[in-house]
Amino acid sequence: MTHLTAKDKETVKTFWAKISSNGAAIGADALSRMLVVYPQTKTYFSHWKDLSPGSAPVKKHGATVMSGVADAVAKIDDLTAGLLSLSELHAFTLRVDPSNFKILSHNILVVLAIMFPTDFTPEVHVAMDKFLAAVARALSEKYR
Amino acid sequence: MVKWTDFERATIQNIFSKINYDVVGPAALSRCLIVYPWTQRYFGGFGNLYNAAAITSNPKVAAHGKVVLAGLEKAVKNMDDIKTTYKELSVLHSEKLQVDPDNFNLLADCLTIVLAGQMGAAFTPEVHAAFQKFLAVVVASLRKQYL
Repeated sequence: MTHLTAKDKETVKTFWAKISSNGAAIGADALSRMLVVYPQTKTYFSHWKDLSPGSAPVKKHGATVMSGVADAVAKIDDLTAGLLSLSELHAFTLRVDPSNFKILSHNILVVLAIMFPTDFTPEVHVAMDKFLAAVARALSEKYR
Repeated sequence: MVKWTDFERATIQNIFSKINYDVVGPAALSRCLIVYPWTQRYFGGFGNLYNAAAITSNPKVAAHGKVVLAGLEKAVKNMDDIKTTYKELSVLHSEKLQVDPDNFNLLADCLTIVLAGQMGAAFTPEVHAAFQKFLAVVVASLRKQYL
C-alpha cells in the first residue's frame, strides 16, 4: 500500500532536518501519550517501574525509538535493508503486534502537530504518515 | 451506557466551548481528504479535489466540515446517550451515504491532529485520552445501525 515518491522522501527529509534536534522530546511525549491514550500498549512495558508520562524509563525509551526513526530517515531509500536488524529485534525478541506501530505512529503525528503547528501542514502530514507506515512495514518484514 | 468521569465530561465540554467550529471542521475534513485520498470517493460532487491546495480552498469541503462539527456538537450536548442521539445519523451514513465505517476513524484521527495543533501544550495526554474516548463513543454510535 505504501510507496514513497521522490516528493514524499524530500518532504520527510526537509521536515526532519527542521525537527531532529527535538527527537528525544518528541519520542518522550509520543510514548507518554500512547501509554495513557491506548492503555493496552502498557502490556509491553510491565517490566518498567513507572509508566507515567515523562517518567525516566518512558523518556529514555522515547529517545531510543526516535533515534530509530532518525536512522530510518537516513536510510529512506531502502528501509527494508536499512532496518533489517531492528526488524529482527521486533520479530524475534520484542514480538510487538504490528497493529501497535500504527498506534505509536499516530501519537508521533499528534506530537508533531502540537510542537510544529505551522510546519505540520497537510502535505507534510501525509508524507510523514506514509513514511511511518513504510517504517512499520520494514519493521514487520521478519515477523513471518 | 458510557460512564464519563468528571474530568472527561468537563474536558469535552471545555474543548467544544473553546474551538472555532468554522476553522476546525473544514481543517479536519480537508486534512482527511488530503492525507487519506481514497476518502474522496464520497465527495464526487464537490468539484476540484485535485491537490492539497484545491482541497483546502474548496468551499464545499469547508461547508461540509462545518456540518460534521455541528453533528459532533449534538454528541457533546447529549454525552450520556450518544447512541440514541446518533441513531438517524447512523442510518444515514449506512443506508444513504454508504460510507465504510472504517473511514470514521480516519476522520477522527485528523480531527485529533487538528485539535492538537490548535491546543498545543494544553492537549496533554490526559486531555487527549478524554478526547479519544469521546471519539471512540461517537464512532461506535455511528457504526451501530450498520447491518
